[in-house]
Amino acid sequence: MPDIRVVLPSVLQPLAGGHSVLISDADGPVTVGSLLDSVTGEYPVLARRLRDETGALRRYVNVYVNGDEVRRLRGLETEVAAGQEVLVIQSVAGG
Amino acid sequence: MGGMTTAESFVLAIGTKKGLWLATSQDRRQWSFSGPHFLMSEIPSIGIDTRAGRTRIMVGVRSEHWGPTVAHSDDLGATWTEPEQGAIAFPEDAGAAVERIWQIYPDAESRPGVVWAGAEPISVWKSTDGGEHFELNRGLWDHPHRSDWGAGYGGAAAHSIVVNPAGDNVHVAMSTGGVYRSLDGGTSWEARNKGISAYFMPDPNPEFGQCVHKIAADAAVDGRLYAQNHHGVYRTDDNGENWESIAEGLPADFGFVMLTHPRREGTAWVVPLKADGERIPPDGKLAVHRTDDAGATWKRLDSGLPEHEYNSVLRDAAAVDSAEPAGVYFGTRGGTVFASADEGETFAEVASHLPDVLCVRSAVIAGAGLNGTSAEAAVPEAAAQGA
Repeated sequence: MPDIRVVLPSVLQPLAGGHSVLISDADGPVTVGSLLDSVTGEYPVLARRLRDETGALRRYVNVYVNGDEVRRLRGLETEVAAGQEVLVIQSVAGG
Repeated sequence: MGGMTTAESFVLAIGTKKGLWLATSQDRRQWSFSGPHFLMSEIPSIGIDTRAGRTRIMVGVRSEHWGPTVAHSDDLGATWTEPEQGAIAFPEDAGAAVERIWQIYPDAESRPGVVWAGAEPISVWKSTDGGEHFELNRGLWDHPHRSDWGAGYGGAAAHSIVVNPAGDNVHVAMSTGGVYRSLDGGTSWEARNKGISAYFMPDPNPEFGQCVHKIAADAAVDGRLYAQNHHGVYRTDDNGENWESIAEGLPADFGFVMLTHPRREGTAWVVPLKADGERIPPDGKLAVHRTDDAGATWKRLDSGLPEHEYNSVLRDAAAVDSAEPAGVYFGTRGGTVFASADEGETFAEVASHLPDVLCVRSAVIAGAGLNGTSAEAAVPEAAAQGA
């Protein structure tokens, strides 16, 4: 079955059972929002690190689909096709 | 001396811009440190809950990247727990997200398990399970004034919560908005700012909108509270109905800190800063000021403090413990922490070169409160890292 791989930064891997990649089954395109729902379902603490309780991506969490940050696309409504890889990367921030 | 044979010891928690440090002491002079805990997350709020024969340290943790949460430790920081489903989150219909937890306030001895929290955006929360899960206070969240509350430089937050021993009177202070009081344990709220100046507004005496920086209750006099305002130091003797200036005798009426004695009537501490436009100790000379007569007179306390200090002391970066005499602790934005074991008469530096100090809390802990272990044993890395 085709799937979508979500690649996590190392700092978040302990919250995902030690996995660096979370995999979601996908028969067809899914939105980034539903993809995150799917792969973080087992990991509620990880889910909260990525999105706040309104469902919005946290300001300095960037999600890339095909090399494009989703805020430049359709945000959490951006579609991801089966077989694609999604990268979660913390942005350069802080001091 | 081992903790097992010591009747009581002291814990000092220092929340900074880049993590938490914990220290324990038998005499409030020699401290053993552990940390940093939560490296690279800021710790703007700490509550040390010594009720029910247990020492629980609760911390508001906020990562620039990964957001805020509340974690707790029952073993002096050896292990930390973040509830799987999260400790604090707005309900869906509120349409808001917690940005930062500014205050964690364990309630009275008679209400074990009850812990209050103040957060940004301006909101008050209550836990009945020892700080593991907090519920939004709907009365304040749905208050008709809420859309008119503003943001101070540090953000729009409820930063002070004071609950009277009977539990029916709750005072909250927010920046900006001022003081709000509930007479029914938090169900309904009314602004109570009469006498507090909001000089930065067109009407300097509005019903609400004041920038109250910190409030604290007099433990010995029912209905008496003290406030450090954004310019102005005040006292109320009638539960917030009227506030009167008690700034005379201080070198400046600006500042963030307001501390009160755990038991003694009329005793409070402030740390004056020169002005809102000049946020340094007056003349660059850091001093704590204490009143023993409810603000009629103030005594300058600077023994043991540095000759020059240009860093400010933030609203929660100061604390008192419950010992006799009371200990006074505070930290600067320059990362130095000072402690006094004699109510401020003499200070000693207990830590330096830390990140900006955001929150300081201290408590007296009993041997029995450490689950049968000594303070040293419960903080195995303390000696190595603190030396």
